[in-house]
Amino acid sequence: MIEAVINFWEGLPVVMQIMTKITLIVAPLMLAVAYTTYAERKVIGYMQVRLGPNRVGPRGWLQPIADALKLLTKEVILPTNANRFLFLIAPVLAIMPALAAWAVVPFDDGMVLADINAALLYILALTSMGVYGVIIAGWASNSKYALLGALRSAAQIVSYEIAMGFALVGVLMAAGSLNLGDIVRAQQGVSVTGWFVWPLIGLFLVYFISGVAETNRAPFDVAEGESEIVAGFHVEYSGMAFAVFFLAEYANMILIAALAALLFWGGWLSPFGGLVSESVLAVPVLGWFLGDGIHWFLMKTAFFLFCFLWFRATFPRYRYDQIMRLGWKVLIPVTLVWLFGIGVAVALGWQPWVV
Amino acid sequence: MPEIRNYTLNFGPQHPSAHGVLRLVLELDGEVVQRADPHIGLLHRGTEKLAESKPYNQSIGYMDRLDYVSMMCNEHGYVLAMEKLLNIEAPLRAQYIRVMFDEITRILNHLLWLGAHALDIGAMTVFLYAFREREDLMDCYEAVSGARLHATYYRPGGVARDLPGTMPQYQPSRWKSQKEVDALNAIRQGSLLDFIEAFTDRFPGCVDEYETLLTNNRIWKQRTVGIGVVSPERAMQMGFTGPMLRGSGVEWDLRRKQPYEVYDRLDFQIPIGVNGDCYDRYLVRIEEMRQSNRIIRQCVEWLRDNPGPVFIEDHKITPPRREEMKADMESLIHHFKLFTEGFCLPEGEAYAAVEHPKGEFGVYLVSDGANKPYRLKVRAPGFAHLAGLNEMAVGHMLADVVAIIGTQDIVFGEIDR
Repeated sequence: MIEAVINFWEGLPVVMQIMTKITLIVAPLMLAVAYTTYAERKVIGYMQVRLGPNRVGPRGWLQPIADALKLLTKEVILPTNANRFLFLIAPVLAIMPALAAWAVVPFDDGMVLADINAALLYILALTSMGVYGVIIAGWASNSKYALLGALRSAAQIVSYEIAMGFALVGVLMAAGSLNLGDIVRAQQGVSVTGWFVWPLIGLFLVYFISGVAETNRAPFDVAEGESEIVAGFHVEYSGMAFAVFFLAEYANMILIAALAALLFWGGWLSPFGGLVSESVLAVPVLGWFLGDGIHWFLMKTAFFLFCFLWFRATFPRYRYDQIMRLGWKVLIPVTLVWLFGIGVAVALGWQPWVV
Repeated sequence: MPEIRNYTLNFGPQHPSAHGVLRLVLELDGEVVQRADPHIGLLHRGTEKLAESKPYNQSIGYMDRLDYVSMMCNEHGYVLAMEKLLNIEAPLRAQYIRVMFDEITRILNHLLWLGAHALDIGAMTVFLYAFREREDLMDCYEAVSGARLHATYYRPGGVARDLPGTMPQYQPSRWKSQKEVDALNAIRQGSLLDFIEAFTDRFPGCVDEYETLLTNNRIWKQRTVGIGVVSPERAMQMGFTGPMLRGSGVEWDLRRKQPYEVYDRLDFQIPIGVNGDCYDRYLVRIEEMRQSNRIIRQCVEWLRDNPGPVFIEDHKITPPRREEMKADMESLIHHFKLFTEGFCLPEGEAYAAVEHPKGEFGVYLVSDGANKPYRLKVRAPGFAHLAGLNEMAVGHMLADVVAIIGTQDIVFGEIDR
């Protein structure tokens, strides 16, 4: 039976194989995005002593589906004098890189769509693309609020890209590879000791703060600051065009969380690795749970996603110039100093993180 | 070379942080505000003119609707002006009740201000925490007047009725089971005074909770310290009152400087700021909530020990008791006269002001001896504050305008009247 399936799979044309894999990544991702919105409303709801959505379906589980249906059936309104082509292409430009970046994310050892050696560069390149969607949306809307939002967002994303890039360079230096799978494998060690978060703790903090800023989430959500510029760059969007921006934002959030897990927290590696004996690992369910696997990757990702929601419920919003000051005057110098330290360590051949 | 012009942005009236219907025409250089021009009048309902066509006692309800987040304080100003012209004074118990509800109203107002201000600056959780406590205070409104917002509770010569011995209870429904309802009703078993006392016990802890989220938060400080600075001299010149004036360091509080009702018998302190920025005004208001809590506590203790009448027995002005009305011809006539044509004020004019949560709320009443005012002028504190918006906002960024609108605690009901 299994052999037949494998034979069928191998008999398929390569294009079909890749398409199937893409579907297997994108479909759960979209579902995850939908339920991240639900989780966000629930988590923030409980933090704010209220209940969150609980009317559509049991405990409100169908709420994201209802939201999606509502947005699907709404009209996409084109503002007067908006540039029609750019207005409609902008959401596509926003979501395309957010989804494409997932091609190089390894979910488990070898479970990756494109196992390329320039994965880290590929991710940096694609996440920078997302800003075009935002700028074009803000400009094409022919609205002053949208334009302000787009300008803020462009400046913010471009500046934080630098800090984030430097943080990733630190990982690259520690791991000696750009391939995400190799980076995770380089973190193997007893329990959590091999994870890069310990030698690179400063870079991890910079990376995560920049990640929050890159995705325009609170407390860096000036690009769509509700109380200042209403909704910022997507103020004129409605219906599915708006929903696509929303999807892109959440897909990016999940991506940042997943990368944090991969680059600093050992990806699919189990925190019990090297602690439990082979005999325990052979126990059916417990052994699977304690061993390395996709479930650890998902749990770590979910934790960082939770942090995004937590920040949103806790912090006030930065002002635009304060964000720029934080990026340029705090985060970038921190990364530079840290990188220098790592550089010296590598040059002297003193690499305690290499086990 | 194209001409470089400032960017004109229409902020509101449909804007999440316009606090109702503020329309602000902003001239921006980049994001820096060059000119902020508030346009008012979108909520104008002609309250002052309307009062000229109604008997005095029928306008009390309109006063609630001026500043619709500090309802009873508005009534207080109006009722005091009438009492001044009539030359009467409410019984002591009624004065204590009024003071207690003035302070409850102050907490109600400051809670809404705190929530809205924090939400404007992006801290959304404080808003919902503040509303949790507001619910309890509105239950107090409901207990004495039957209405949760527009109470019409203060009357010339006293208050509408004495404090009730029971609290309104939750009922089980599709959404709330008996168990949940019992939990909610647990603190509502005693009298209103018990309920308020329990509130004053837990409220300081709640204020601490808000403060942990904001006071020492670096982002909160970055967003409020040094924003919208007003010097004490300018604050006085622009007619600022209330926390806006005290935040600049001027110790001016009508409760202390021109005591009305029983404020001279109560022990409380007036917090003042030092720098006159948004952060100082925030601290002033937070401390005012704590002081109001103290005042409420003192009133509860006094009211517990001193039963008595809550309105004067002159039935030309206050309605007769219901049972007397059923049996006594004179009372029936009083009732009929009072609720059809009201009462007449002696010819003359009077100005009465109260320390409203937002500042000095004054009512200037001119009477020609009829049962309606010849002219009624309301001195709304928010009007003067909004007029200072341009001066406070120029040179700051767009996001700071939002913080400044928040710190002014603007409510359009009173500004547009």
